[in-house]
Parts: sequence; structure tokens; C-alpha cells
Amino acid sequence: MSVLTSPAGIAADTADALRRRPGADVAGAVFKWLLIGATVFATGFLAVLLAVMIVDGWDVLSGNLWHFLTHGFSQRSAAEAGVWQGIIGSLQVALVTGVFAVPIGVATAIYLVEYAQDSRFARIVELNIRNLAGVPSIVYGLLGLAVFVQTIHGFTQGKTVIAGGMTLAAMVLPIIVITSVEALKAVPSSLREAAYGVGATKWEVLSRQVLPAALSTILTGTVLALARALGEAAPLILVGAATGFLSFGDANMLETFTGPYTALPVQIFNFARLPGADWGVNAAAASVVILVLVLAVNGLAIYLRNRFEKQW
Amino acid sequence: MTPDHLTAADLQTSLGRRIRSRTVRWLFMGAAAVTVLVSALIIWTVASGAWTFISQVELTRLADIGWFPRRGLFDLTTLLVNSAQISVIAMAVAVPSGFGAAFYLSEYAHPRVRRVMKPTLELLASVPSVVLGVFAISFITPSILTNFFSDINFFNKLAAGIAVGLLVIPLIASISEDALRAVPQALREASAGLGARRVTTSIRVVLPAAMSGLMAATIVGFSRAIGETMVVTIASGGGDTSLYNLSLYESGGTLTSAMAALGLGTDQVAGNNLAFQSLFFLGALLFAMTLVLNMVGDVIVRRLQNRY
Repeated sequence: MSVLTSPAGIAADTADALRRRPGADVAGAVFKWLLIGATVFATGFLAVLLAVMIVDGWDVLSGNLWHFLTHGFSQRSAAEAGVWQGIIGSLQVALVTGVFAVPIGVATAIYLVEYAQDSRFARIVELNIRNLAGVPSIVYGLLGLAVFVQTIHGFTQGKTVIAGGMTLAAMVLPIIVITSVEALKAVPSSLREAAYGVGATKWEVLSRQVLPAALSTILTGTVLALARALGEAAPLILVGAATGFLSFGDANMLETFTGPYTALPVQIFNFARLPGADWGVNAAAASVVILVLVLAVNGLAIYLRNRFEKQW
Repeated sequence: MTPDHLTAADLQTSLGRRIRSRTVRWLFMGAAAVTVLVSALIIWTVASGAWTFISQVELTRLADIGWFPRRGLFDLTTLLVNSAQISVIAMAVAVPSGFGAAFYLSEYAHPRVRRVMKPTLELLASVPSVVLGVFAISFITPSILTNFFSDINFFNKLAAGIAVGLLVIPLIASISEDALRAVPQALREASAGLGARRVTTSIRVVLPAAMSGLMAATIVGFSRAIGETMVVTIASGGGDTSLYNLSLYESGGTLTSAMAALGLGTDQVAGNNLAFQSLFFLGALLFAMTLVLNMVGDVIVRRLQNRY
């Protein structure tokens, strides 16, 4: 009963305190503890999840981690198989995703906030973004398969990192637009008015004042969106991320963008569906790797937000 | 130019700068058009693929003993029932927990607790779904469910539903919390002023006022659960076929896991094969269902925002 922050809180505490037998509010106490239980359940399962994965994957994590992180998939035995190609593939896919999604997403947000004066086109774009945000990820896989892999085969070379990256770019596009719109709306209009007042054009106001002011929030949203892409497997399965053995041949790093590829979450899926306990150990160990990666990227985003957050 | 009509254009002096500013506008508009194009392409992709499927398949094949795409049996009921069962289990897990967390954070928690818990929920939302799939088969089924149901299958809908529920909790908690915080403080103050306890205020005042928002959270969460793919594929979908059955202790494929299974074999089933086309038909169904659910949820949220 220490929440003395709002009039309602104070009044509620006073009302509770004025009761004749303050200890007898059984219903209130039960309700409160039910809510605390729900909250602990909702947030605590992350700890359980991590613990289970670490315990299950301990054989690999404790003795074999370096081998696991630096070797490719092997069909022969679980002990020989590693996730190196998945990590590389995921980073490449994330890179392509960023290259396509960030410019288009941020530019769309700029159009919506700075240019569109409630025109019909702007309303269509807005409705469209809200609907895109709710489309299941596997449906984006169909888009990737039909359009990015087949229709524009000449550009993507078929089932490649580029096609995978473009598919995930389409998927995270609405997230980037929505967070960037919030960021731009948070920039006070006095900043814009001051710039106009000294004779800046619209583009100058945007590029020299508004964008730098909103940059850190936009960056946070972008990093969070890419973290989402990093963990996504379903659409990549449809656009041909390899689920088994994968040979890069003697392709160099640049050539792997237009060759067969895989991604870390897809490899976890592959480990999980192979029969036998030793593959299960690999699945758990790889889950720990991806959880650490995703949590680190999210941590980075939260750090960026706190470090550069502006108070207007 | 009369001095009493000085406009922004006069201050911008050079014509070149103004022209550059105009040109850039078209770039931004072009980007916005690309987002519309993405939607158009999605609709075109699923609609044309689905049409090819529907116009070629014998309609009796859409109601059979199960989903065996490579043998030409496309029983939709199997997939729809499994999708519905798993999503309902997921909601049974996610709704009480998500609502509870939202009520605690909005009505009870100290601001400092709230500041920690809100980002934690964001963090939870980013847990990859494959990891929850692995969690379902390595922990939920063997360590928990087998204690209660001795004859449960290793792959089963119950575990898949619970894992999907865990995945949806952060989304439901987050939307619900926004809905609860949108209830004006004046309502709580008035209630407390009449001598209501905190629990009474929460249940009799805040809950009814936020009801539509909580409903929207449930609808959006349900839509997310239907669209979840990897958890179901790992924990229940198993192979690319499933026989119709209602038991939660047995494995069964959903709309999404059937798509993933078909996608895994696209090299084998590509071409003008019906199994390949059924992939797009399922995609069209899924797209239509989630679109309707999300739009209903969206309308409710918008109405709520305008109320107070």
C-alpha cells in the first residue's frame, strides 16, 4: 500500500485504511495476489525457458561450444554439427533486410507525418500499414516465394539470401514505419516552426532538424525490428533456407549472397525435428545461442534509447 | 511582394532550394507507394494461387479423412479444427495471464516496478518462436503434461497450444495495459471517493470501462495465435500429413504448419502440382481470417481511443 502517486491511489489507500478491520479484506488480498501471480507467470517463463535450454544443451555448451559455433551442419552425427552457417546466414539476411526495409520504412513514415495532409492516399497508406502489421509471417513467405524467388528471379537468383532478406524486409516494414511515425510525431512542432522562421525549406527542416532529433528513437525501432527478423524461421522456410547439409563450395563471402543459405532459427527447427536425444541437445544449445543474440540486440536497442533519449 | 504578406517562400530565397525540396517529396511518396505495393502483391499472390487451386481441385477432395496433399486429399476441416483447438488453448493460457499482468501493472504496481516490467514484456515479445517450439517438446510435454496425461503423444496439440499461449502473452498484456491506462483517473477517484476498495474499483469500475479494449486484445491475440507457425510445426504438426482427430493428446497439423510442411518440400512439389497450389490456397484462407480479426480489433481500439 505504498502507491501514493495519484489522487486515486491516495483515496483508495485511505478507503482501505478507514475500514474497521484492515486485515480482513480477504477478497482484495486474494485479487492482488492473483494479479501478482499472473504477472510472475507472464514474465517469469523467460527465466524458465533459459534455464531449461541451458540444462538441456549443457553437453554442447560446456565442452563443445567453440566447435559448435565454428562448424557447419553435418549429417553424420550431432556432435560434429555446428551452427556457423546459420549465424552467418542470419547476419547476411538481417543485413539485406535492413538495406531494403529501413530506407523505405523511414521514408514512408516521413511522408505520413511531414507531407501527407490527411489526403486520401495517406489514409490508404496508413490503413495498409496497420493491416500489414497483422499479416502472419508465413504469408510473407508466400509473397517471397511467388514474387522474390520466381517473378524477379533475375535479380535475386532464386532461393538466396537476397530473396530471404527481401521477404523479411516486407515483414518488418510495418514495424519500422509505425515506430518511425511515433518518433517523428514526438519531435515538437516548435522546432519545425523555428526552422521555417529563419527561411529553411521543407527539406532543410527535415534533414537538418527533424531527422537528427528523431534519429535515436528511429534507430531503436529499427534495431528491434531487425531482432524480430533474426528470430523468424517460417517465411525463410518457404523461400528456401536450407534445412539440411549446406555446402558453400569455394564461394567467397560476397558470392554466398546469391547462393544457397540457411539461418539460425531454421537450423534450430532442423535440429528439433531430427530424431534422437543428441540432436535435441543441439537444438537446446542453438536456442541458447539465438536467445543470447536476440536479447543482446534488444539490450542494445534499450541502451540506445536510454543513451540518446531527448526530453522535450 | 508586399511586406505585409511575407510568406515562408520569400524567406527561402533561392529557387533551387525550393525545387530540391519539392523533388524530395516525390521520393517519400514513392516509398509510401511501395508499402501499398507490398499489400497488393500479397493479395495478388495468394488470390491467384488460391484460384488456380480451387478451379482445378475436385471439390469432394476438400472434405475427406484428413490432410494428405501429396495423395490429393485436402480435408480443410482437419486443419481448421486443429487451428481452432490450438488457438483456443493458447487463449486459455494467454488471456488470464495477460489480463492479470495488465491489471497488476496498471492498477497496483509501483511506478518503479512498471518501468522495469514494461520493457521486460517487450523483451518477451522478441523470443523466437522456434525456441518455444523446442521448449514445448523438451519441457512442456515430457516434464509437465506426461505427469497428468500418461497416454499423451510426444507430438500433441495441447503442448503446442500452451507454447503458443506463452508466445501471445506479451502481446495481450501490452494491448490490455494500454486499454486500462486509457480509463480516466477521474473514474477511479470517484470510485475510491465513494469508499470502494481497490479490488472493487478494479472489477466494478475499471474493468467495465476498459472492456472493449480487453476484447480487442483478445481478438488480436487470437489472430496472432492462428498465424503462429513454427511452434505448431515443431510441437504438433510433425509431418506434412494429418488425419482428422479431435483429441488434444494427439498430433495434428494446422493451416500454418501444413504450409510450412509444403514449403519444406517446394523443390519436390513445385510446378503445376495441386499440392503446391494448395499452399497458396491455405495462405489465402489464413490471410483473410487474420485480416478480418485484426480489422475488428483495430476498429474497437480506435473507438476506445475516441471515447475519453
